[in-house]
Amino acid sequence: MESTSTPIIQIENLRFQYSETDLPAIEDLNLEIARGSFVAVLGRNGSGKSTLARLLNGILLPTAGRVLVNGMDTANEATLLDVRRTIGMVFQNPDNQIVASVVEDDVAFAPENLGVPPAEIRRRVDEALRCVGMYEFRMHAPHLLSGGQKQRVAIAGVLAMQPECIVLDEPTAMLDPIGRREVLAAVEQLRQELGMTVVLITHHMEECVRADRLVVMSEGRLAADGTPEAVFSQVEQMHALGLTVPETTELLYGLNRNGFHLPLTALSIERCADAIADALNHAMKDA
Amino acid sequence: MPILTVEHLTHVYSPGTPLEKTAIEDVSLEIEKGQLLGVIGHTGSGKSTFIQHLDGLLKPTSGVVRFNGADINADKALLRNVRFQVGLVFQYPEYQLFEETVFRDIAFGPKNMGLDEAEVRERVAEAAAFVGVPEALMEASPLELSGGQKRRVAIAGVIAMRPEVLILDEPTAGLDPAGRESILKNICAYQKSSGAAVLLISHSMDEVARIADRLIVFHDGHVAMDGTPAEVFGQAPMLKEMGLTVPAATEIALALRARGVALPDGIYTISHLQELLCAMGREGGIC
Repeated sequence: MESTSTPIIQIENLRFQYSETDLPAIEDLNLEIARGSFVAVLGRNGSGKSTLARLLNGILLPTAGRVLVNGMDTANEATLLDVRRTIGMVFQNPDNQIVASVVEDDVAFAPENLGVPPAEIRRRVDEALRCVGMYEFRMHAPHLLSGGQKQRVAIAGVLAMQPECIVLDEPTAMLDPIGRREVLAAVEQLRQELGMTVVLITHHMEECVRADRLVVMSEGRLAADGTPEAVFSQVEQMHALGLTVPETTELLYGLNRNGFHLPLTALSIERCADAIADALNHAMKDA
Repeated sequence: MPILTVEHLTHVYSPGTPLEKTAIEDVSLEIEKGQLLGVIGHTGSGKSTFIQHLDGLLKPTSGVVRFNGADINADKALLRNVRFQVGLVFQYPEYQLFEETVFRDIAFGPKNMGLDEAEVRERVAEAAAFVGVPEALMEASPLELSGGQKRRVAIAGVIAMRPEVLILDEPTAGLDPAGRESILKNICAYQKSSGAAVLLISHSMDEVARIADRLIVFHDGHVAMDGTPAEVFGQAPMLKEMGLTVPAATEIALALRARGVALPDGIYTISHLQELLCAMGREGGIC
């Protein structure tokens, strides 16, 4: 393992084009992702965020610039396997990620291929399935599970590889509220217990709220980068990018346009309610 | 007469096997033309099983589904007609595009209905306009389109049959906020101009809160709640007990009430909440 001070991922002057005739999907991107951090990537469809995910572990290779994972260039074939062991990927559609006909075999697929000893595989599979709340389903056939359950199995399959970093490309798009909460709780637990770095690509504003850092992509470029509080409080900029802000921020912003003076950084329901209640109670006392 | 009547509907998967599961039990309800229904429920609550009965894809284990009063499973000719009249758009319908051109894909349904060419052309043009697929794309291959455009083409293919009941299973999943908003507007526009009944299955409470005039909540294979958004979201504790969330506006309103702000029950949109808070602000001299 590298020292904790070096970023796990370094992106330098990255450009990516699917073909020479197309516009670049990613252009002029510089980004460092700190070890152990939880980074959310937000952007419209076609903004380049899924392309970015695929560049992080060498599924796609840069047209120009480079991507370094623990200092290893993803374009270097000699270290590509190491890069892929370091960064586990979870994609949007679980149906494309399931390979076995029994849940626990599916989760064991990657560690088996990595040559992990059987007893250790057993331990990892059980732990990964418990993490995503699918342990009771370990003997089930994946094709009989719901979309949300399948996605949790796919995530367990990546967790069983114990990568240093997990990149999730809209993993909860098909999950219901409980499934979403369970998956995010599992991801957060791994991050806290194993120090795993998390890169979460999402459209769900409320998932970004939990991140330490929010990166916004637009037309292949970096459009905003900061804490979720700082980024979401730029309401006009987010709207101009075709994005929304959390409902709490939307309400605070709407009230401020009507004469309130509320902090747009009160992202959580509780803090939002605190800010509004304080303002009203003050006003009522003065009135 | 209701367009759809469901009487004591029960469905059991894999009866007589160890995997036997009662997905829905004794569900009875009526759906009128012109209603926009939001169908919500946790994964596995039975909502998908329910809608697959409405156009005869699944046969009841017991109970009856009536279209305009007639049992749809009584004879095959009637069932064929019902499949044209009850349009079902599955989750991620873009994976089901298969024709060589956008035009032919949208035309597939109306052609199967045995309509003449002029009528098919008219319906394809009308359906494409509803979902915002531009004329210029008609001869393109569906495979060349972006994810959002593919989704629109898939929905147009169902609308082109001019169904009297349109059922959409999570039509906005995976789309960015601008794409979600635009598809919801298209659906509302179709519902208003056609007078069809529309059933929208969604995991997003904020989405159904904004557009539905009636909500049906599935839980454990039963209809647990059935009413207006104000009635359903007025029962926040019950929804939470079922593992469901309430719209952010409802959450914020409840948190404000807990802080002594005098708000009524049944708030479920940010614009309504903002209006009420602004009125209080004016009283207190803030606005």
